[in-house]
Amino acid sequence: MQLRAIHENCSGCRTCLLACSIVNFRETNPAKSVLRIEGLFPVPGVYRVQLCDQCGACAEVCPVEAISEIDGVYQVDKDLCTQCLECVEACPQGVMRTHPGVETPFKCTLCLECVEACPRGAILIANC
Amino acid sequence: MLYGYAGQILRVDLDGFTVEKQPLPEDLVDKYIGGRGFVARLLYDLIPPGTDPYSSENIVVIAAGPLSGHYLPGSGKTHFGTKSPATGMYGDGNLGGHFGPALKYAGYDVLILSGKASGPSYLLIEDDTVELRDASAYWGLGSITVEEAMKQDLGQAYEICTIGPAGENLSRFACISHDFGRQCGRTGIGTVLGDKKIKAIAVKGTGGLPVYDLDGLYQAGKRAYRDIYAKPGFTGWQPEGTAGITNFVNQVGAFPTRNFQTSSAEHYQQINGRQILEKIRITDKGCFCCPIPCGKYSRAGTALGTVNVEGPEFETISMFGGNCDLQTIEDVAYANYICDELGLDTISAGAVVGFALECHEKGLLSDEDFGRRVAFGDLPSVVHILELIAGREKIGDALADGVRLAAEKIGQGSERFAMHVKGLEWTGYECRNAPGMMLAYLTADVGAHHNRAWVLGQDVTGTDADVHSLIQAGGSGERLPKSDVRGKAAGVIASQHLRPAFDVLGTCRLQMMELGFEVEHYEELLALVTGRRKTWGNILEVSERIWHLTRAFSVREIEGFGRHMDYPPPRLCHDPVQSGPNQGHCISEREIDILLDEYYQARGWDENGLPTRETLDRVGLSDVG
Repeated sequence: MQLRAIHENCSGCRTCLLACSIVNFRETNPAKSVLRIEGLFPVPGVYRVQLCDQCGACAEVCPVEAISEIDGVYQVDKDLCTQCLECVEACPQGVMRTHPGVETPFKCTLCLECVEACPRGAILIANC
Repeated sequence: MLYGYAGQILRVDLDGFTVEKQPLPEDLVDKYIGGRGFVARLLYDLIPPGTDPYSSENIVVIAAGPLSGHYLPGSGKTHFGTKSPATGMYGDGNLGGHFGPALKYAGYDVLILSGKASGPSYLLIEDDTVELRDASAYWGLGSITVEEAMKQDLGQAYEICTIGPAGENLSRFACISHDFGRQCGRTGIGTVLGDKKIKAIAVKGTGGLPVYDLDGLYQAGKRAYRDIYAKPGFTGWQPEGTAGITNFVNQVGAFPTRNFQTSSAEHYQQINGRQILEKIRITDKGCFCCPIPCGKYSRAGTALGTVNVEGPEFETISMFGGNCDLQTIEDVAYANYICDELGLDTISAGAVVGFALECHEKGLLSDEDFGRRVAFGDLPSVVHILELIAGREKIGDALADGVRLAAEKIGQGSERFAMHVKGLEWTGYECRNAPGMMLAYLTADVGAHHNRAWVLGQDVTGTDADVHSLIQAGGSGERLPKSDVRGKAAGVIASQHLRPAFDVLGTCRLQMMELGFEVEHYEELLALVTGRRKTWGNILEVSERIWHLTRAFSVREIEGFGRHMDYPPPRLCHDPVQSGPNQGHCISEREIDILLDEYYQARGWDENGLPTRETLDRVGLSDVG
């Protein structure tokens, strides 16, 4: 199971970001969400939903093997992480996130709250 | 702790640049809730009486509401205010997009700007960091162009408000732009930013907001979204957004056409919401947490070129498609883009251009005044006049002051068709046979603005139906009998109290107004966010307090302010509607007097339209007046 974006459905409202931060950090703070909405304006004038598809690029580059797949979800082991940020650099979607108030990089937990939150069906669950 | 709020006011004095962070006063929260309430009270308290709008003492207040930035439908709204250079009175505007939430995440509910920067500048706010930076490289650029440039320079995560050349050159109806198409349009707040040499405000916030009951809010928020999904307007109104009302307004003969000479346009089906969907829309564009994005981002090709623009919304359609007689949705979208880039409010701009075109049509202005031939319905003419206004060139110098002052300069009877109240241009609803809506325009605290109260539906149908239902029922296009002007005050006052409620909360009203989303939701959401229990009636009491306060502000600032300023332009009383469902109708001055007398009495104002001491005391304004 993984997330899939239907970019043309996105209106850029970012409701998904709030749901994400509330569920994962118990905080109303979109800077702590693990997906991103890019508005490509004024040209071409479309939105792109950047989300984790559990590709594993973060795990591949982690020098201390702090990121591993558990039940189909790549997860960061905070105790092993050395905050080298190579995973942040490596993430092709830019959704291995950092925040001044969070010690280690963080990522999608596949909680699926964003799927439910989106008013327009721009984030779907793809079974693979 | 003030749950829901960021908890701080950020005061920036541009004279010498000093920054002060103050705790948000609890008594301000108690009496004014947020947003428009904060703006009204802070302007009244902080602007010395008699201040020139173009002086260091004038301030710009930007205030989010307690619900701004939270998990609930339409929580992206922010209020702006200043002493208006267009009217000399209380002036405000409301902005969608993402700016207010970002301001709160940075730690501030309110931003107050005073003084003037010594040269072109922009204000950068990133959490605790507040800097005034040189904007010489951006000065002169269009609003959209500069936002794109600043996002490239600073980063995409910044939420940015900008002004265009019209604001720099002090056109009195310059707007503030944000998110490539959202505007705080009215009353010339962009003009005051231009006078303060502030080209832009860029905000990035990484903090969280305190919530009284986060789990409860998350569940109630989800329910609120689901309730909106179940409204017929979710699929029925949303696709066309505000433009969806074009047919209805035209069919009931309330569509301003050719500078209000008539009230229906034969070509309305070429400029309506359907045309946006079929011809120019690229994507829907939503404000923060909005489930019903009314924003339509479009690409429109015209003889003058192709533009990308958010819109057009109904108001822009009415003021350029009707009032300036542009014939296609592409032409309207192009004019929309020019206004956005120049930083002109599309409503006032459409009213001013329509006025100028009629002056030319009647021979009061010549080709020489414009530097070329101009005509209604001609896109190059419209664009040319907009550029003259933004640059204050030729006749554009007079027009940039708005129709009231332009008519004083042009004279020759042009005052008769200068469409404004108190110096603010009339908007997208013609009212010679809509007496409730007429009263709403006449008594609006900022001048002629439909967003203070909207009762056209009551005038036409006698009911309080939501807009989606009105659109579904449609107008017949048939000839309408003359409406009775009596008994309109209560409906107008109710609407004048309903609308500020959303502006103080920091949410969008369209979920309720257009789809019928119930107001009871907001009582629950406000309690969960802030821990403060207020009934909807309590919130409306704040609206009423604001209404008397802003009137008192105008009484204080305008010498001789009173009843004589609440009358419409002579055209509406003396020039019958030329065609359509309301052909032949006017509203007489005697009927205006009936409307005003009933309204003043219901408001607790004297015969001259001034709030009485007793009324001010009753609404908790003993320290005002």
